[in-house]
Amino acid sequence: MTIRIFYFAALAEQLDCRSEELETGATSASELIGILRARGEPWRSAFDSRIQVAINQHLAGPADSLGDGDEVAFFPPVTGG
Amino acid sequence: MRLIRVQQEDFDAGSLLAELRAGRSDIGASVMFIGYVRDLNLDDHIQALRLEHYPGMTEKALEEIVNEAISRWDLTDVAVIHRVGELRPSDQIVLVAVTSAHRGDAFAACEFIMDYLKTRAPFWKKERLKDGSSRWVEARSSDDEAAERWKE
Repeated sequence: MTIRIFYFAALAEQLDCRSEELETGATSASELIGILRARGEPWRSAFDSRIQVAINQHLAGPADSLGDGDEVAFFPPVTGG
Repeated sequence: MRLIRVQQEDFDAGSLLAELRAGRSDIGASVMFIGYVRDLNLDDHIQALRLEHYPGMTEKALEEIVNEAISRWDLTDVAVIHRVGELRPSDQIVLVAVTSAHRGDAFAACEFIMDYLKTRAPFWKKERLKDGSSRWVEARSSDDEAAERWKE
């Protein structure tokens, strides 16, 4: 299946990547993180920090499942207001 | 009225409140919170602040927070305006305005919306310091604790 991934703020800078399309068999957010971390540096250490996940523009947990065409976003804890 | 805006431009709290109250005599109370850019953070002088957000999710997250407030309290209007882009010290960043028949609901809902916005709406601040360096603002655990209070 294909998913679209967005990265924001400090995480996007660290990865030097703001978005990508990925063909993957990952069935959950945590599986996807495992796949991204396996790319090596800077991916491995970027996901060591506290990262929030959103699936289809809603805050999600690592165990939440992924489906074809989903939009997944990874970002540092939010600091608005 | 329910109003949610994410914008670069500044806003005018007075005219917004006048707009909310126009022709209404059932409103007994309005509570408004406005956040501003401070010139000092963690003992460093701030030159400017850049606010990044997640277009699409930001509006959805704010809508969810506003809907949650409306389900918990008896409210007449809720308005949330959050600025993005480049801001300077003393600039307005965020406005939450709540009107209600009674002050209790308006006070509580306004604080609830700010506490949830701080921990759930996808905005990130990057500070530029007077020495030219820049850094991302780190989330505060006190904000998590503030949001935690509202858990039922």
